[in-house]
Amino acid sequence: MAIHKGRGFAAINYPIGMNLGGDPSQALVHSNPDGKFTVALSAIDLGQGMKSVTRQIAAETLGVPVEDVYVDTADSDTGPHDMGSFASRGTHRMGNAVIRASEEARQVMLEAAAEELEVDAGDLVTDGKGNIHVKGAPSRSITTMAAAQAAQFRQGRTIAGRGIFLIPLSAVDPETGEMSPVTTFAHAAMLVTVEVDDETGEVAVTDMQSAYEVGRALNPKLVEQQLRGGAWMGMSHAAWETTEPYYPARDHLPEDFNSYLMPGPGDLAPHHISILERPAEDGPYGGKGPGEMCANPVLPAVVNAVYDAVGVRIDELPVTPEKVLRGIRANGGARPRQAL
Amino acid sequence: MAKTPVTFTLNGQSKSAFADPGQNLLDFLRRGVGDLTPKFGCGQGTCGACTVTIDGETRLSCLVLAETVYGREVGTAAGLADGAALDPLQTVFMEHFAAQCGYCTPGMLVSARALLDRNPRPSREEVIEAISGNLCRCTGYEPIITAILAVAEGRARA
Repeated sequence: MAIHKGRGFAAINYPIGMNLGGDPSQALVHSNPDGKFTVALSAIDLGQGMKSVTRQIAAETLGVPVEDVYVDTADSDTGPHDMGSFASRGTHRMGNAVIRASEEARQVMLEAAAEELEVDAGDLVTDGKGNIHVKGAPSRSITTMAAAQAAQFRQGRTIAGRGIFLIPLSAVDPETGEMSPVTTFAHAAMLVTVEVDDETGEVAVTDMQSAYEVGRALNPKLVEQQLRGGAWMGMSHAAWETTEPYYPARDHLPEDFNSYLMPGPGDLAPHHISILERPAEDGPYGGKGPGEMCANPVLPAVVNAVYDAVGVRIDELPVTPEKVLRGIRANGGARPRQAL
Repeated sequence: MAKTPVTFTLNGQSKSAFADPGQNLLDFLRRGVGDLTPKFGCGQGTCGACTVTIDGETRLSCLVLAETVYGREVGTAAGLADGAALDPLQTVFMEHFAAQCGYCTPGMLVSARALLDRNPRPSREEVIEAISGNLCRCTGYEPIITAILAVAEGRARA
């Protein structure tokens, strides 16, 4: 009867998006007469921050204040087509589509401003604060609102842009099976410490240390939030959650939150996160997507830590006390790896 | 069966509405009174999304018969802000990114406010205890704990 401490490590490469049908996302951007912009997307934000990130991307590309951009994800029936919010694809796919749509809209905005200022659109720059001026001559200036109003009421232009991001479908080579299903990988490494009780089989995760490589962290607070919450979910999947506890037998299926178990706030392990930024060549401003990768390394790291602690190799998730105890019994007792 | 008239206080204001026989407080608040801040999560008292206070004590409104709040004081997340002035808890929840999808947030805020009202300087363990009946799927809890402690330690903008 003892508590055994163990450490486990895991490293993963995580593909951003998928290969299905080229995985397209579309974006439409248009200005309103007040010079503010609406971005229409059909992928939705479930709290992961996609609206915030695409808003930043649109503002950066258009050259306007972030406050002047509204992202509308209201209706996939009337909005531009999108494959959806999954596969960690949001920032990368929608972000790229938003850049293209915003570039097209920005060009029209500059042409409208050029006509008002009687200059060449190629000589105009934006200051990111709502003004367009001649490069090197800030006094030759017009506000984005005035440019939008001129376009709308005098010039008869629509300041609008269309964007799509599509990676051509990669076919499988029938001879070799070779294919290039994705263009961008994110990466993560995770070290966890666990304590395993060899009397009860309980596994407690006591410390998590991680490094996530996410391209450029376009919104560092949102990235950290996703990593923290996602790693918690990974810990939950590693040691607690299952819809099929005795798969393929359908016994003891959880029916509610009393039997579908998740760690609560009292079961948290300290999580030390390092965010590494290696901007992706085809990412929007270098961004990839943390997404599902937040959770993935925790599972193998916990399994490895349990092996390190008591010598039991678990090959079916989650790592329940029952599996740990059966493993310890099969081995004739706990066999801490450090003792070997 | 006859409906029951229920007069009670909701976030400091007197309210009267008819409760159906057997109607729970959550359904009564949402459909009878129009306060949509208590959320329906599980309907059986295990998720905490419907947390309200009754006479200052936290209760799971899905497990309370509506007519039992007659003459009592009910508090919800809708009562936290005073007009445009947010409760300090709401401010720190934003500053610490303590919400993602937001579905657990009203219940979290009610549990946290009730804790701070009876214990203005809780320890981390006491904060964890206070929100342990509120499930959150997104945040991993840490930002929520940090936010509540920030108010408790007086670091928040009041």
